[in-house]
Amino acid sequence: MNIFVCVKQVPDTETKVQPNGDGTFIETSSIKWIMNPYDEFAVEQALLVKAANAGSTVTVLRVGGVKDTEALRTAMAMGADDAILVDAEDNLDSYTIAKSLKGAIDKSGKSADLILCGKQAIDDDCLQVPQVLATMMELPSVSVIVGFEQAGDTVTVKREIEGGALEIYEVKTPVVLATNKGINTPRYASLPGIMKAKRKPMQQLSLADVGVSLEDRRVVYSDFSLPPEKPAGKKFDAMDDAAAAGVVAEVVGLLRTEAKVL
Amino acid sequence: MDFSLSTEQKEIFEVARKFAIKEMLPKAAEFDESAIFPREIIDKAWELGFTNTCIPSEYGGNGFSLLDAVTIGEALSYGCMGMYTSIMCNDLALSPIVIGGSAEQKEKFLRPFTEKPLLASFCLTEPSHGSDAAGIQSRIKEDGDDYILNGEKMWITNAGHADLLIVYCTIDPSLKHKGITAIVVPADLDGITVGKKENKMGQNCSDTCGIRFENVRVPKENVLGAVGEGWAIAMKTLDHSRPLVSTIALGGSVRAMDCSIDYANERKQFGIPISKHQSIQFMIADMAQKIEASRLLIQKAAWLSDNNLDSTLIASAAKAFTADSCMQITTDAVQIYGGYGYSREYPVEKLMRDAKLIQIYEGTSQIQRLVISRKVLGK
Ligand SMILES: Cc1cc2nc3c(=O)[nH]c(=O)nc-3n(C[C@H](O)[C@H](O)[C@H](O)COP(=O)(O)OP(=O)(O)OC[C@H]3O[C@@H](n4cnc5c(N)ncnc54)[C@H](O)[C@@H]3O)c2cc1C
Repeated sequence: MNIFVCVKQVPDTETKVQPNGDGTFIETSSIKWIMNPYDEFAVEQALLVKAANAGSTVTVLRVGGVKDTEALRTAMAMGADDAILVDAEDNLDSYTIAKSLKGAIDKSGKSADLILCGKQAIDDDCLQVPQVLATMMELPSVSVIVGFEQAGDTVTVKREIEGGALEIYEVKTPVVLATNKGINTPRYASLPGIMKAKRKPMQQLSLADVGVSLEDRRVVYSDFSLPPEKPAGKKFDAMDDAAAAGVVAEVVGLLRTEAKVL
Repeated sequence: MDFSLSTEQKEIFEVARKFAIKEMLPKAAEFDESAIFPREIIDKAWELGFTNTCIPSEYGGNGFSLLDAVTIGEALSYGCMGMYTSIMCNDLALSPIVIGGSAEQKEKFLRPFTEKPLLASFCLTEPSHGSDAAGIQSRIKEDGDDYILNGEKMWITNAGHADLLIVYCTIDPSLKHKGITAIVVPADLDGITVGKKENKMGQNCSDTCGIRFENVRVPKENVLGAVGEGWAIAMKTLDHSRPLVSTIALGGSVRAMDCSIDYANERKQFGIPISKHQSIQFMIADMAQKIEASRLLIQKAAWLSDNNLDSTLIASAAKAFTADSCMQITTDAVQIYGGYGYSREYPVEKLMRDAKLIQIYEGTSQIQRLVISRKVLGK
């Protein structure tokens, strides 16, 4: 099987995000990048499917800046065979990213049997790329999957819905699947894996190579800013009964006039 | 001059750090409290290639440099100093084979460690000979194609679980260091008795026992180098292992500083976080300085060794400095936590207990100063 995994590189969860100079994105110069955690489940699932289907290959795809390539290298250190990197700004919208991914798959010369993505990226939380990609490729898609079984060209996937209930889908490959936490336990990249990844091929393409231009963007980010700082909390001293009566009236008043929650 | 790690070394550090935080840290307190040997952690670490870093690639190893190894060491020790002592013990024990063994011996003794998660122990110290290691009394006597080994070892890390023992003994105690011989002893030979696990102050999950050898018959071909070359092999081993042991101090120090920063930002006294009190800030500033200097000394010692330059002085300096710094840093971490620091409910008192060992094993802090002063005084 030809398995493709779309991975995004996101700032480490401990990063203190700051808008960049012109507000079109976040400041990336000192960010430590990691693979989007939901994509780790997709990579792991791809490797499990590969192990169960002799002769399969796993190709990881990423659209983004070429300076840091942690996510692709990690995926190859975990066991993916090769990688394609589409050189682009890190602040493209979901539509352009999906179009670039489709272009990269077309360009790879392989017909995709299975395309895996994480269900969402933890930085912009758009939750769109897998579905947009599936639509562009005219393939079925199931998102937020927590279970995966395969019998030939049929896969049975479990999907978590509101309240913890499960939906079960039977779909024919090729299909686009978006993984959720719980589907598997991603392996660590082993040290020999890291050494081997050095020699695995990483193809670099431009947006033009995959048939995309910045004119394709449906959403253009224009103004990143930090949320307003929360004002400090107010403390009311009501240690004795006499004070308490007055304080209650004051608090109720403020809840009406200042917080406007009553 | 370039102070940055390679891309692979950075990746190695990240994956080792992730392993330390997810697999080791959460179990550190329990394994310490109940003195549980971290077998499952060692096996997983072996699986991922974190152990046996000294085995060359010709014999199935990963072909790591010492600089690679210390990068792993710092990251793993952050998770638990005791667990890492037991993880890195193989490097200490197998280095004599890498340094002094023939090609056949390396193939025979090292390769199995790359095929299965086996454990080895480095057996130098004896009940009456610690710092004065050249005076060891364990003895071999020739008997046909074998040597007969008799003697007693003490404080041997991982002894209760070891598959292979690298034993230092003498052909004649009156020869002092010129009689010392390193010999490879499979742990299942007749006549070997491992004592009970020592009840220690810290690093409790790591296994430490005495071993008695009574008329143990070891083939002559198991001698590393030649009879009488053991002392030179031991000294070269220490040049290699001291930077690695120093990473235990470094990883523990970084952990102690991280805990201190978190706690100092959270804990309020006199209406402000204690991190706003200058005396707390200065304690943390001292930690940061010592950590930075520790890392540089370790990396320099490793770099010298990787480039076949004399690393003895810097390796000893690294060992003494990192161990003494870690003791100070972990003690200050307990101080910053106040009464809570003294409680087993909080992580820092364990760090302080674990740190103490690093000033003792692999040559005490005094012995490191002896080595350094001999070097600088030109004696
Ligand atoms: C938990 C643990 C694990 C260990 N693991 C191993 C192991 O795997 N393999 C192994 O072979 N050994 C191991 N050791 C032994 C360790 O290396 C020795 O304990 C150490 O070398 C000190 O020897 P000693 O305990 O006999 O102390 P001593 O040598 O008796 O020293 C006592 C004190 O005197 C000081 N001193 C001694 N001589 C001098 C001098 N000339 N100048 C100044 N001060 C001096 C020392 O610094 C120390 O403070 C381990 C020890 C411990 C506690």
